[in-house]
Amino acid sequence: MTEIIGPFLEGAVRTATPLAFAALGETVVERSGIINVGLEGSIICGAFGGLIASSYEGTWLALAAAGISGMAVSTLFGVFVTRLRSDQVITGTAISLLSLGLTGTLYRQLYGPAGSALTTATMSILPVPLLSSIPWIGPALFSQPPITYTLYAFVPALWWWIYRTHAGLGLRAVGENPEAAIAAGVRAAHVQFAAILFGGFMGGVAGGTLVIAQAGTFAEGMSAGRGFIAIAIVVLGRWHPVGVALAALIFGGASALQYLFQTMGWNLPYQVFLALPYLLTLLALAGVAGRVSAPASLGTWIRGW
Amino acid sequence: MRIAFGMINHDKGEIRINGLPADLRSPRAAIKAGIGMVHQHFMLVPTMTVAENVELGGTGKYDERQSADRIRQLSDETGLTLDPLARVSSLSLAGQQRLEIIKALARHARILILDEPAAVLAPAESQELFTLIRRLVESGRSVVLITHKLQDAEQYADDVSVLRHGKLVLSQPVSEVTMESLAQSMLGSARMSARPLLQKAATQPRRTSGDPVIRLENVSVERISSPRDLHNIDLDVRAGEIVGIAALDGAAADLLRVIAGRCKPIAGKSTTPEKVGFVPEDRQHDALIGEFSIFENIALKDIGRRKGRMPWSDIRRDADALIKSFDIRAPTTRTTARTLSGGNQQKLVLARELSDNPVALIAENPTWGLDIQAMADIHARLRVAALNGCAVLFYSSDIEELVDLADRVLVIRNGGINEVERVAETIGNALLGSSPSSQIDS
Amino acid sequence: MSELAVLALVGDMLVRATPLILTGLAVAFAFQAGILNIGAEGQLLIGATCSAAITLQFGETLGGSIIIVSLIGGSLAGAGWAAIAAELRARFHVLEVISTIMLNFIALYIVSFLVRGPLQEPTHIYPQTETMPLYARLPTILPGTRLHAGFVLAVLAGVTGWWILQHSAAGFRLRAAGKNSSAARIAGQIDVGRTTRNVFLMSGALAGLAGAVEIHGVTFALYENLSPGYGYTAIAVALLASLNPLLVIVTGLFFGVLEAGANALQRDAGIPSTIASVIEALIILAVLAVESIRNLHAPQPGSPSDTPIADLT
Repeated sequence: MTEIIGPFLEGAVRTATPLAFAALGETVVERSGIINVGLEGSIICGAFGGLIASSYEGTWLALAAAGISGMAVSTLFGVFVTRLRSDQVITGTAISLLSLGLTGTLYRQLYGPAGSALTTATMSILPVPLLSSIPWIGPALFSQPPITYTLYAFVPALWWWIYRTHAGLGLRAVGENPEAAIAAGVRAAHVQFAAILFGGFMGGVAGGTLVIAQAGTFAEGMSAGRGFIAIAIVVLGRWHPVGVALAALIFGGASALQYLFQTMGWNLPYQVFLALPYLLTLLALAGVAGRVSAPASLGTWIRGW
Repeated sequence: MRIAFGMINHDKGEIRINGLPADLRSPRAAIKAGIGMVHQHFMLVPTMTVAENVELGGTGKYDERQSADRIRQLSDETGLTLDPLARVSSLSLAGQQRLEIIKALARHARILILDEPAAVLAPAESQELFTLIRRLVESGRSVVLITHKLQDAEQYADDVSVLRHGKLVLSQPVSEVTMESLAQSMLGSARMSARPLLQKAATQPRRTSGDPVIRLENVSVERISSPRDLHNIDLDVRAGEIVGIAALDGAAADLLRVIAGRCKPIAGKSTTPEKVGFVPEDRQHDALIGEFSIFENIALKDIGRRKGRMPWSDIRRDADALIKSFDIRAPTTRTTARTLSGGNQQKLVLARELSDNPVALIAENPTWGLDIQAMADIHARLRVAALNGCAVLFYSSDIEELVDLADRVLVIRNGGINEVERVAETIGNALLGSSPSSQIDS
Repeated sequence: MSELAVLALVGDMLVRATPLILTGLAVAFAFQAGILNIGAEGQLLIGATCSAAITLQFGETLGGSIIIVSLIGGSLAGAGWAAIAAELRARFHVLEVISTIMLNFIALYIVSFLVRGPLQEPTHIYPQTETMPLYARLPTILPGTRLHAGFVLAVLAGVTGWWILQHSAAGFRLRAAGKNSSAARIAGQIDVGRTTRNVFLMSGALAGLAGAVEIHGVTFALYENLSPGYGYTAIAVALLASLNPLLVIVTGLFFGVLEAGANALQRDAGIPSTIASVIEALIILAVLAVESIRNLHAPQPGSPSDTPIADLT
């Protein structure tokens, strides 16, 4: 049994890692009342930035570079949405399309039209002594690339920041009632812009993780809609860091199901498993409708002020 | 006052605090300058607790326990009791107001602005509030009280200023004014110079006849913005009659929407004619599509039922006629609605709603935000409509307007409705409930 | 260039423009009603799939008239695919941006499964359907080119769409609901929910038709990568046309030229053809920026409390 469940759980955590990074970043953004559909763009740019950086730097620096690439993209989004007051959704969509096209173009230019990639420095799995030997969950949680371990510290840190600092309080207020926040002296536009930058960085790290800690290579469009799935994860996780991390894990598990089924000898067409995360997103969004309360000003700001 | 708190930026002039010029560009700057504001529509986050709302805008770590202690201390000092861990949505209006005050005090406000604080308080609570204000003043703070209750101004203020239609008309120590002079400066001693249309329409007698065109029997209406629903509403309006409603807190709007067929009552029988014209209060949000042209907005009338093609040339021709007869100042009918002035926008809405000669016209605050000239014009048109047999039912937040325009005045208070004498003071008292004996029916 | 070569080039551009015009119309209609339909891509694929399936199944029985049946079927299929997102939006308040994009991905995998499975061509070598017989292909309208009757259909759709939007009561309701749903409901007494749902379905139908037209006019078979992102380019097409159906015909042509040019660039200068989507996205951002700047300088509609009291009549 452990031979089946073990790899399944490991796969779940591995798939969940980039989703969690992106979703946690988006959580902060949405808590400030903004929905960033351009998250997909941050992820793919992060992946590409990570690819380039990893041929010059070590893995951790490359991941940082990935984060910065993602942040650069979201800066553009932030300018359009907070300064020009453009429609958030159309802007986000355009940013995603731009990023996908740009990374595809640059990739083909740099690495040839066939798209054969240089494999680059990758972050390999680093088992934690003792902890990784715990039966069932040990390998899953503690036999991962170290970037995953940063999540374990990051989630509680983010939780603390949102609920135990004045800055986090201000963020939440902007997302609930921006007028009240402004009347209390909070600089709403600054808060939103900072949140967008942070979200972009996290999206970039997610993309970097895909390349550096998982695939070891880049492929056009490899973000494969993760940005949009991350948005659904935020809803499922009820905009709470711990909830979001758990929801990411659920999605990771859904994607890893294909290995489980294959090992068990159930033969479903592989497209079913490829489509599963997207199907799950639809079901999850429909399922939690009416039972979760989004930050109150999230809906109203979607069509611009 | 919103300029003083940095919520709006002034176009001209300068602000000085204690003789020194102040740049109040945002509420943050105002708070730093020692100004605190208790808003009329509370600026609170409903899903958060009292403590969180008080702490909003601070820096560093947020320790709930520390904050709760501070709030309890302030509560003891001021007598404003609040549970620091209560959620704002669970507080009463009076409780929310206490929170607004504590918020300002917690920020060390030296100048406190209170915007219509008594509007949400019972008389006894008002007393307590003013006692507190006195104490704050005695401890060295300054208080600016915005109110339309002249008794409060006379009783508690040291100096009083009156603003009417955007201009300062009076600014004197309270000891030098009387209630009558205050009232007169607020309402305007000389009625605006002869409004010919109004005079003409005012002098023509109107016959109100027959069965009521609008009849409400024992109707209950669900309030959206208040927990107190309206119950046992009985209401009649006849053809050719103009009935006005006075109410606080948006109560009239919910009732009028039911009568205009935009909402359903939760109980009771509501008889309203099929052809009803409706003039909503927020004309730019609910009555007009700003980006559409004048004639397109006119075409909105009954568009829900129209089939087939849009006869634009006919519509434009009718629109031209309407513009002329309603004297709407616009270059052409192709002008977009949002570039029109407030008065012209309102005339446009009225023109549209009256264009198919409805049996009844319902209007929410029809002259809100308009200047004297435009007000007079709208009044005249409403009278003309009534002369033509239309039953007109409107709500107004302007007591003088009710006295001027309505044949009968009804007051909504405490979830019920009563008819009162068409006298300004009587209506005002009935609304504010300070002299219950002035109501005709209780 | 010889006359024939010019003709072939023009024909090629019009062929490329056809799906862009149809999906551009789909997006324009939806956006006009305030629906952010980003799912034209998936709706196109499902429409193509349904068309292919209908043709393969009933082509022999129906002969030439299979085209009409198939085009209608493809449109209905596209509408059906959009209906999923429409229902999710109406009943569960799911943002159509997310649901339509999810459905795009799912549609991709459905096609992938079908062309490797139930619909695969008889030799089972290639991941595509059997090539369509001649009677199931749209007639060419310009000899010497690939230009097929589908282009005429697209132009007709554009003109009809424009008429509906500008001259019919339904179109007026659609535009009103999109610009200000509150005033539409209160002043116009429009059933905004029903109106938006219908527009969503029609949008899907247009995208589905685009897919069906591609099958019968260009590809003559269903395979993966049928669409190089028409559904996403459509957003740029629609926005650049200011959501005006007649202008969509023009911008559809423009982007057709753009993509043809990008392909030529790749062939001749080695610049990746993905540069087209970069330019398209930049165009969207430029349109957004211009609109935003214009809005920021225009008189702001304010709440009554912001209306200055001293208003001159």
